[in-house]
Amino acid sequence: MSAASPVEVEPTLTPDEITFLAKPWVTLVWDDPVNLMSYVSYVFQKYFGYDKKKAEKLMLEVHTEGRSVVSTGTREEMERDVQAMHEYGLWATMEKAS
Amino acid sequence: MSGFERHRRSARVIATFTGFEADLLRSLASQMVELLRNERAEPAAPSADAFEALMAEFSGATTIPEDPVLARLFPTAYPDDEEAAADFRRFTEGGLRDGKAGAAALIIDTLEDAGLPEELREDGLVIDVELTPDEAETWMRAFTDIRLALATRLGVEAGDEDYWHSLPEDDPRAQAHDIYEWVGYLQETVVEALMS
Repeated sequence: MSAASPVEVEPTLTPDEITFLAKPWVTLVWDDPVNLMSYVSYVFQKYFGYDKKKAEKLMLEVHTEGRSVVSTGTREEMERDVQAMHEYGLWATMEKAS
Repeated sequence: MSGFERHRRSARVIATFTGFEADLLRSLASQMVELLRNERAEPAAPSADAFEALMAEFSGATTIPEDPVLARLFPTAYPDDEEAAADFRRFTEGGLRDGKAGAAALIIDTLEDAGLPEELREDGLVIDVELTPDEAETWMRAFTDIRLALATRLGVEAGDEDYWHSLPEDDPRAQAHDIYEWVGYLQETVVEALMS
């Protein structure tokens, strides 16, 4: 089952993203020639809990721009995310948010 | 060749393999287990004293693996900070290796429980696989690792499909690439089944 028109009502920003508190680290996922687009989108939905629209946007960003910031948070949180991405076979790194 | 689908009533993710296909999957998964277990034993050289060997066992790797497949499976988390990268590797690589080896081992165990004999002799053998959603996800992760390994060994690059399809059929690299594509197809069908 799918919603009739999710586009207009779907808020694009989650409360997590609009907070003004410092979130000094990011997790990046990099493009590789192997991982399937459908799989990458699945991982973003399953692990981060993103909806399909957001997961696909991030996946396409990885695909077309070579990399995408997939999560933001504390250093410890980002280490967990990077480890989880490696578990799924995605090429992930972390760095201080610029 | 039909791939995986979601059984509507039981919600299981199911597939039917020929004996040949199941044997091939087992062989790929076994190679993955061997690869992941082999290099771990390396730091503890046979002549090292017992304490040193024990510490090597506990402390975990800190440098990027030499094997390009392992380097791809366990990428450097901090590209610009060697020390942080080493710490991250020390604390994560062992667990990641166990997880990946365990995922590949699940494929082997499932296929054998479904009737794949130790040595495939008979023709016409059919192996029915039924996975819970969690098991299907584990298979899917193992498929990823297997594809990353094959692609790294073959030197697969983006948009090079024509090159692989232009190789003569009996070229072993073409055959390996066919297997790579087949596992990709299987993985795609697992993703679809899990999303449905």
